Amino acid sequence: METASATDVRSEAGSKRSAIPIGRRMGRCWQLYVLLALPVVYILLFKYYPMYGAQIALKNYVASNGITGSEWVGLKHFIRFYHSYEFGKLIKNTLLISVYSLLAGIPFPIMLALSINYVKNKKFKKTTQMITYAPHFISVVVMVGIILEMLDPRNGLINVIIRGLGLETVNFMAKPEYFSSIYVWSGIWQNVGFSCIIYLAALSGVDPSLHEAAVMDGATKFRRMLHIDLPSIIPVMVILLILNTGNILDLGFEKVLLMQNPLNLRTSEVIDTYVYKVGLASAAMNYSYSTAINLFKSVVGLILLVAVNQLAKKAKQESLW
Amino acid sequence: MEHSTIKETTADRWFNGMNYLVLTVFLLLVLYPLVYIVSASFSEPSAVLSGKVWLYPVNPTLEGYMAVFQHKLIWSSFRNSIFYTVAGMILNVAMTVAAAYPLSRKDLYGKNVVMFLFVFTTMFSGGLIPSYLLVKGLGMLNTVWAIILPGAMGVFHVIIARTYFKTTIPDELLEAAQLDGCNDFRFVLKIVIPLSGPIIAVIALYSAVGYWNQYFNALIYLKDQELFPLQLILRDILVQNEVDSSMLTDLKEEAKREGVRELLKYSLIVISSLPMLAVYPFVQKYFIQGVMIGSLKG
Repeated sequence: METASATDVRSEAGSKRSAIPIGRRMGRCWQLYVLLALPVVYILLFKYYPMYGAQIALKNYVASNGITGSEWVGLKHFIRFYHSYEFGKLIKNTLLISVYSLLAGIPFPIMLALSINYVKNKKFKKTTQMITYAPHFISVVVMVGIILEMLDPRNGLINVIIRGLGLETVNFMAKPEYFSSIYVWSGIWQNVGFSCIIYLAALSGVDPSLHEAAVMDGATKFRRMLHIDLPSIIPVMVILLILNTGNILDLGFEKVLLMQNPLNLRTSEVIDTYVYKVGLASAAMNYSYSTAINLFKSVVGLILLVAVNQLAKKAKQESLW
Repeated sequence: MEHSTIKETTADRWFNGMNYLVLTVFLLLVLYPLVYIVSASFSEPSAVLSGKVWLYPVNPTLEGYMAVFQHKLIWSSFRNSIFYTVAGMILNVAMTVAAAYPLSRKDLYGKNVVMFLFVFTTMFSGGLIPSYLLVKGLGMLNTVWAIILPGAMGVFHVIIARTYFKTTIPDELLEAAQLDGCNDFRFVLKIVIPLSGPIIAVIALYSAVGYWNQYFNALIYLKDQELFPLQLILRDILVQNEVDSSMLTDLKEEAKREGVRELLKYSLIVISSLPMLAVYPFVQKYFIQGVMIGSLKG
């Protein structure tokens, strides 16, 4: 009885929906708008107001005049950045570190996922997953602390090993040429487990009948892995790769900042750290110039992201899911 | 994948062997640095400095932990971090549910506009300085609000919570409740929230980890050492290598002081990761769920 009346009400509401004026429709669920109010205020204040404030990139910001009161200078700061000595270096470092970590980060989670997928012993499987996921939750500060301890020129583990082999110890953090590798490989160490979760999910969706058929045809496990499992996760890999390309300008800025020292600055200075230094951490703080660099990055990033999302949509349509 | 009925060939047994080998290598590579740090933190300072520590603690001592214990700032910042984490977590869960449930409702007029408003912020932002000026303008510099409020809600969390509500709360439930005269507030409180344990756990955990691990906001917004979160103190000690020797005990010899300083770092790494590691095995499945629900949308 009750269910029947419920469906009646719904079909009635469905057919009449277009006829009901917007005001009444909104009024009927006013409580939802009350719920939504605080989050919307939060977003407007903490996300959109700074976008409005980003206009100081086109002004000479003076604290006493405020954001709106400062004088317009047009593209001056952008042009200054474009012509500055730092421009090429920042773009190069940012892209190099990003692309490096993007590409080097692909094979290991896949290998790990394929491997875990073939483990029969449940306990071993669980333990492996638990241990390899764990480093993901180490904070950036502690992670960099670990890196510095391990690479310490005098008593770090790596140099102790190098000395043990009778070789010359290396002060890794002082060598600009090692910076990107240290950044990337410590990142892989930290995230290999966690990134493999999504591949494991894709693998659990593989149709078992494919495997059965392959076994009938005499395929070994290795062949099945190569010809059934691997192809089934390639679409996921492609989509992740495409999507991550959209964020290529956003590398782990907090980690880079912590790993920087005066000796490796040549290769470790990226756009975000420079923005921070120009804006907040230098003796001659320049809010407008810093914001201009930041805005340049945000706009390029947005264009990339939109382009890449279009591409991902296409790839998704072409792939199985 | 279970294929227990299928008889394994020699090639398959080789494969299994290789597979376990590969996994063991992965496991050791991930595990070894962690084990080394724990062992080093319990070893005698001179043994760590001379590289005698390999796998297990050498001449076990608690000196490093004593040094951490005596460092006043570490404890006050530890307390601060717990406060920031708990407050931020509660705020995040409340805000996320408040945003995600209305947006999951089909009959909410204008939900697409709001959704776009939210999602756009993940693609574009005003940047560091305008955000800083906002926090400054609101008078929140050097207050706890500067740490808690700017991250009060994550748009990504809203998206996954919305997907969850859409797929797990049936329309019929809402209709039945409405027929019984239940309003939306009560429906959220009495039905949506009790039915959403897993997603609330996911959001609570991810935001807790976020607050516990963040240091950058504290770096730019806080001046008072009494307000510092643990991560900022850790940065000074682990990364900037600034250990105020007066914070340590009255060690006479410089060499010993140097040793304890090293040990303090290892002990700190262990202690600061302890809260996370203690709960991690029990909540691991929620983190994985988070990735899964997130990928549904992605």
